[in-house]
Amino acid sequence: MTLLDSRTPEGPVAEKWENHKFSMKLVNPNNKRRFEIIVVGTGLAGAAAAASLSELGYRVKVFTFHDSPRRAHSIAAQGGINAAKNYTNDGDSVHRLFYDTVKGGDYRSREANVHRLAEVSVNIIDQAAAQGVPFAREYGGLLDNRSFGGAQVSRTFYARGQTGQQLLLGAYQALAKQVAAGSVELHTRTELLDLVLKDGRACGIVTRDLTSGDIRSHSAHAVVLATGGYGNVYYLSTNAMASNVTAAWRAHRRGAFFANACYTQIHPTCIPASDEFQSKLTLMSESLRNDGRIWVPDAFDDTRPPDEIPDGDRDYYLERKYPAFGNLVPRDVASRNAKTVVDQGKGVGPLKNGVYLDFGAVIERDGEDVVRSKYGNLFDMYDRITGENPYKVPMRIYPATHYTMGGVWVDYNLMTTIPGCYAIGEANFSDHGANRLGASALMQGLADGYFVLPYTIGDDLAGRLSETPVSTDDPVFAEAETVAKSQIDRFMSISGTRSVDWFHRELGKLVWDYIGMERTREGLEKALTEIPALEQEFWADLRIPGSAATLNSGLEKAGRVADFFELAKLMARDALDREESCGGHFRAEHQTEEGEAKRDDENFAHVAAWEWNEPGAVQTRHQEELTFENVALSQRSYK
Amino acid sequence: MSSELDLTLQIWRQDGPHDEGHFESYTASGISEDMSFLEMLDTVNEDLIHQGDIPIEFDHDCREGICGTCSLMINGQAHGHEKATTTCQLHMRKFNDGDTIVVEPFRARAFPVVRDLVVDRSAFDRIIEAGGYISVNTGAASDANLTPVPKEASDTSFDAAACIGCGACVAACPNSAAQLFTSAKLAHLNLIPQGQPQRFERTESMVEAMESFFGSCTNHGECHEACPKEISLDFIAFMNRDYVKAKVKNRKLAGQT
Repeated sequence: MTLLDSRTPEGPVAEKWENHKFSMKLVNPNNKRRFEIIVVGTGLAGAAAAASLSELGYRVKVFTFHDSPRRAHSIAAQGGINAAKNYTNDGDSVHRLFYDTVKGGDYRSREANVHRLAEVSVNIIDQAAAQGVPFAREYGGLLDNRSFGGAQVSRTFYARGQTGQQLLLGAYQALAKQVAAGSVELHTRTELLDLVLKDGRACGIVTRDLTSGDIRSHSAHAVVLATGGYGNVYYLSTNAMASNVTAAWRAHRRGAFFANACYTQIHPTCIPASDEFQSKLTLMSESLRNDGRIWVPDAFDDTRPPDEIPDGDRDYYLERKYPAFGNLVPRDVASRNAKTVVDQGKGVGPLKNGVYLDFGAVIERDGEDVVRSKYGNLFDMYDRITGENPYKVPMRIYPATHYTMGGVWVDYNLMTTIPGCYAIGEANFSDHGANRLGASALMQGLADGYFVLPYTIGDDLAGRLSETPVSTDDPVFAEAETVAKSQIDRFMSISGTRSVDWFHRELGKLVWDYIGMERTREGLEKALTEIPALEQEFWADLRIPGSAATLNSGLEKAGRVADFFELAKLMARDALDREESCGGHFRAEHQTEEGEAKRDDENFAHVAAWEWNEPGAVQTRHQEELTFENVALSQRSYK
Repeated sequence: MSSELDLTLQIWRQDGPHDEGHFESYTASGISEDMSFLEMLDTVNEDLIHQGDIPIEFDHDCREGICGTCSLMINGQAHGHEKATTTCQLHMRKFNDGDTIVVEPFRARAFPVVRDLVVDRSAFDRIIEAGGYISVNTGAASDANLTPVPKEASDTSFDAAACIGCGACVAACPNSAAQLFTSAKLAHLNLIPQGQPQRFERTESMVEAMESFFGSCTNHGECHEACPKEISLDFIAFMNRDYVKAKVKNRKLAGQT
C-alpha cells in the first residue's frame, strides 16, 4: 500500500484554483496546434472538453460508440444543474455550494476539487445560456431557479424536465461547430478496446469500428476518457443500454488506479420491474416526493387494491420514522427504507416489488388540474409504461441504480495514475465523495469539460513541444491490437449455449443482492465466490452468433460484460474493506441505533484506489488521505 | 394479471448497405403486454440466439424516449401507431393477440441501411455542422442574466429544441424531406437573442445542407404526425420565411463587402 498524492496546490481552499491557474505552465497559442488529443466519449464532459480544447487550438480526435455524439446518456438527465449564482438572493454562495457538496458526499470527497467545482459552476450557466440552452425563465426574461433534492437554497437551473438533453445539445452543437471548422476529427460508431502506453505514458488507443469490425490504432499526445459511469453492472439501472465501464476498465488494466468502486447511488423513485424481460428501469423525477406520500400496507400479504385499504391499515413509514423530513429524506435513506419494507414482504404490485407513492391527498386538496400542471408529463410517462393511471391509482415505485460516484482515480489536474491519460465527468471519482447531490452530475461533467481540463492539460503538454506522437506502426500499438483481436476471436469461438444478455442479467442479480443498497460481510464474501463462478461459466458457455466483421451487438456487449465481471469483483472487495457506512455505501454492520449510516472517520477518511495486477490476481489497495480543513465532519440526521 | 400475446412478425433483414434485403417471418409467443416493443424484440433475439440463428440488429439506447436512437417503421408508421411516442416507449398492450406486425427500418436515401433495422442518420449531424450552433467559445460568455430572453420566445424556442433527432419525420415523409428536423433547430436558435448575429447565415447554410441530402417539402404534414415530440409545422413556415429573408440579407451584405 502506498499513499497517493493528489498534487493539490497549497494555500487556502478558496485561492487554490486561482493560484494554480497562474502557476501552471502554458502552451503558446501557436504551439497548441502541434498537439493532438484523443477524447473518448461525447457526453457532457467529453463533448465540452473536445469543443473547448479544439477552440484553444489543439487538434482533437473524438470517439463515440453512438451513431451521433448527441445520443450520449447525459441526454436523459431530468432535474437540473446547480450553480452558485445566488440570483434568488437567498444566501447562496460558492462556499455554501462547496459545503453542501462535501457534506452531501458524506465527507468522502476531496475538498479542493469540490471548491473548484463550486467556483466554476457559475461560468457553466453563462456558457450554456450563451449557446442558446433554453433554461426556464421568469416573466422578466431572467433565469428561474428552484430548490432541488432537499437543498435549502434555490440554486438549480433547469430546462423543463429535460435539462440534460438541452445542456448536451449545447455541448454537441459546440462540438459540431469545431467539426465543421476542421479542427475536430469525429469518429462515430467506434468503440475503445484498449489504451496504449509507451514507456509508461499514454500514447493512444485501439478501437473497433462497430459497423465493419475493423480494429485500428490512433495516437496522440494525451488521451482523455469521458466515458461515464458503471451503473449498468447491475443490469437493471436507469442507465442507457449501452452505458459501460469498458474504456475506464481497460485503462485500469493498463495501470490507471480505480477508486471507491463501492460508491454507487441508488435513486429511490423508479418504476419497479414488471417481469424477467425488463431491460431497464425508468426514473420518475425526485420532485414527485414533494407532493406524493409513500406507504405500504400494514399487514403482510395484503392483497386488497390500494383504494380499499383504509388509512388505518397503511404504514406511511417515512413520515413515521422521520417526522421532520418525512417523504423528503435524502435519496439513500428513502431507498434503504423502501428495501426494508419490501424485504419484510410488504411490497406492492404483482411482483410485490414496490411501494406506493400516493397523490390522493394532494389531488383532494389542490385538485387534479394543479397536480397535472406540475407533474403532467411524468404522470403520462408512468401511464404509458405501466398502463395505470396515477391520478386514480397510487404509483408504484422502487429504488434503482442511477449513478456511480466511484471511478478512475485522478489527481487535482484530472490526470490518472497513467501520465498523459485523463478522466473527466462521471468516469472519474473525485467530486461527489460517497454520495452525489441532485443536480450536481451535470455540473461536474461540464465543469471538467469546459473549465478544468482545458487548463490543466496544458501544464503537462507545455514541456513536450519537441515530442511527436508515437507512430501507430510502433510495436506497442501492434501488441494492443493483438490483445483486442484475440479477445474477439475468443468470444467468437466459445460457441456455448447462452446469450450475453443472460449472463449480464444473472450478474446484475448478484451485484444487486450483495453489493446493492445494503451490504454485509457475509453477502460480500458470497459475491466473491459466486461472481467468479458465473464469470467462468461466461467464458465457457457464451454464444455469439454472426460475424466479427459486421455490426454485431452481441459481440459488443460481450466485451462490456466481461469488464463488468471484473469490476463487480472489485466492487465487492472495495465494499468489504470499507468497514464503515457512508453515503451510498451502507454496511449493515455499521449503523447507528436508529439504523443510520455510521462513518468511521478515524480509519476511513480516505480514498481507496486499486491498482491492477495480473489477470486473476487481486488488485492492490492504495489510499489517498482526505483532510477536511474547511468543513467540520458531522453525523447526518434527518429525524 | 397482465395478459399475453401471440404475434407474427414480418421483419426486414439486410446484411449490409449493398445487400438487397428481404422480409423474414417470425413468431413471438407469450409476449407480456407490459413489455415495451424493444423488449419484445429482445425476446425474439433471445430465441434466435438460442436456436443458433443471427439476431436482428436494431438501434436503441436510453429506452426512455429521449436519446433519439431507436427508430423502426411499425406497420408502416414511424415509431408505431401511438401518438407522440418513441418505439422504446411503445408497449405491447397497444397490440392485440394474434396480430401480424410488419417491422422495417426508417427508409430514405439519406439514411442508408447499415444492417437489418439499423440505418445511418449522420446526414443530420452534417446539417447541424452547417450552422446549428451559436458561435461562442468556452469562456467568452458574459453573465447569463445580462441577456434577458422574453419568456414566450424562450418557451417556443424550447418547444423546437425538444427535437430528439430520431429521423421519424424523414421516414414518414413521402419525399424523405428533413424540413421538420432542420426547422426545429433553426427555430430553437433563431428565436432567441443569442442566436441573432448568425441567424440568416445559419438559415441559408443549414437549408442548403439539408437540400443536398434530403427531398423537398410538399406540405403533407406527415412529419408532424409521426414526431414523437410533436414538433410543430409552424417551425417550417418560420424557416421558409427566414430563408427568403436570408437570401435578400446575405446578398445585400455580400454586396457591401
